Amino acid sequence: MKKFLITFLLAFPALAMASGGAHLDRSPNDLTDKESLKRGAESFVKYCMGCHSAEYMRYNRIGKDLDMTDIEVANTLIFTRDSSGEQTKPGALMKISMSKKFAQSSFGTKIPDLTVIARARGADWLYTYLRTFYLDDSRPTGMNNRVFADVGMPHVLWKLQGLQKANFATEKDADGNERQVFRNMEIVKPGTMNVEEYDAFVTDLVNFLVYMGEPVQLERKSLGVYVLIFLFLFSLLAYALKKEYWKDIH
Amino acid sequence: MFKSLMNWVDDRFPATKMWNEHLAEYYAPKNFNFWYFFGSLALMILVIQIISGIFLTMHYKPDGALAFASVEYIMRDVPYGWLIRYIHSTGATAFFVVVYLHMFRGLMYGSFKKPRELIWLFGMFIYLALMAEAFMGYLLPWGQMSYWGAQVIISLFGALPIIGEPLTLWIRGDYVISDATLNRFFALHVIALPIVLLGLVVAHILALHEVGSNNPDGVEIKENKDANGIPLDGIPFHPYYSVKDIVGVLVFLFFFSAVLFFAPEGGGYLIEYANFIPSDPLKTPEHIAPVWYFTPFYAILRAVPDKLMGVIAMGGAIVVLFLLPWLDQCKVKSIRYRGTSFKVLLTAFVVAFIALGWLGMQPATPILTTLSRIFSVVYFGFFVALYFTSKNEKTKPVPERVTG
Repeated sequence: MKKFLITFLLAFPALAMASGGAHLDRSPNDLTDKESLKRGAESFVKYCMGCHSAEYMRYNRIGKDLDMTDIEVANTLIFTRDSSGEQTKPGALMKISMSKKFAQSSFGTKIPDLTVIARARGADWLYTYLRTFYLDDSRPTGMNNRVFADVGMPHVLWKLQGLQKANFATEKDADGNERQVFRNMEIVKPGTMNVEEYDAFVTDLVNFLVYMGEPVQLERKSLGVYVLIFLFLFSLLAYALKKEYWKDIH
Repeated sequence: MFKSLMNWVDDRFPATKMWNEHLAEYYAPKNFNFWYFFGSLALMILVIQIISGIFLTMHYKPDGALAFASVEYIMRDVPYGWLIRYIHSTGATAFFVVVYLHMFRGLMYGSFKKPRELIWLFGMFIYLALMAEAFMGYLLPWGQMSYWGAQVIISLFGALPIIGEPLTLWIRGDYVISDATLNRFFALHVIALPIVLLGLVVAHILALHEVGSNNPDGVEIKENKDANGIPLDGIPFHPYYSVKDIVGVLVFLFFFSAVLFFAPEGGGYLIEYANFIPSDPLKTPEHIAPVWYFTPFYAILRAVPDKLMGVIAMGGAIVVLFLLPWLDQCKVKSIRYRGTSFKVLLTAFVVAFIALGWLGMQPATPILTTLSRIFSVVYFGFFVALYFTSKNEKTKPVPERVTG
């Protein structure tokens, strides 16, 4: 109990800063763009699934929703083997081989599963987060983040984006206290992508994460339209019936 | 053929008698307005919740290690599991919307007054059971808000002197919210409380049908009967109100479906965003807020600086509602014929309730806490002022018969 309380108290300030209140860029992702979702899925498997699982999602659900056969899914998305040593089955959950214990000891924190992360964080947060890692010598990984202060995750995508530094200006607020205000980002070492290409890459990735958070969301809305039309027509009928019955009540 | 079958049944079970007593020959006032839809709607939502709940129970795992994943399993792998889950989660909110409007109707038209005090009391117990049901159900998805919401609420019992700490231990079955808590909340949510709720609903309706329904004029229709003993202003519930309530049901389902299919998270108010992060006893969410239907009481709790007094105030806010039939001493029932003082008080009460509901969702900044205090005073002030003003209220003459 005591240990729990201490952890709780120590974690509190860090958590309070986690949101940071930084400005979020609007994510331009589009769930109806299946090509974007496919690119996002491939990037997710390639860049994220080294450490992050998506263990409530099945590979072949992606295939079903994005019109891919099991063979296509196996060829483009599955690079792992199951316990029998064979290639992981398309019907398997998207688990990873890194143990939770190892993750904890390497990064000092649990590595979150990303299946429903978009529902917890929102597309705009993810879109901003993945684009605002900046150099910070005070951090163990040498990187910090604009929307997730003192983040534990290293900037995995640095080879694509390059390295950027954040420029801050010193301003005085109404009470005369000096504070650091974020100005802009500046690429100090270019990556393999330019800014537009990297933004498009992140858009695809975020698009996939949003889709994966609730695979049924597009179907849900299209079904909803029919349900509402049905209920509207039925209620007209029911109203006519009510009127007929109530004619003789005065 | 059918007739002889019914006769056979009626000789052994009062089927026709019950049908007549509660539907075909239950005479309801003919002047029910919009506000009278919410009773039947609440009953329908109860049925929706039970049926969707049964299907959820078939796939859900009440286990600390499996619960979160089993909910996502329902959302992804169970055919139309997402629909069943959203029906149930949206249904919880809809239940409270409808119940709050139903209670407000009772306040406006004096439906809690003599001879309907017991209907009100049964109704209040339903409300209480419903709050417990919703609170325990909210733990089951086992997300961060489930976990920490329950942690905060259960720790409130710890404020009670002497029995506080042992009581929280007894409720949780552990020193923190854990698998043991999840398992027992599951048992209470799916079996114990639904049984209590159903029993109370039966009592609520039996009591209503014993004394008869009130109406927007607050006139007792049983005081004017024809030669056959049928109230002159009454009409059989079936078919008149059954066909009318079907319209209400469909209009309700239209709005219900609009939320369910297009905004099931309700902007984070129906399913909170933090609840998509699995529960973690070591990480407290930045901002813990109960679901919207509890927030008025949560705001009252936080408005009081002392924890124990806060808990007492919060409990008092609910207990005082039970006493309403005896606090309001005005002989006139309906707001239509009551004095200005009542109209002003009721408006203030509604404003305070909604404001507290909003405040309960916000972080407790000094300004907002001050506002919470003001509205808490208004909330309780309503009952105190009602007690003193209602006896000598300047009322208008009440008509002999309903006004249509």
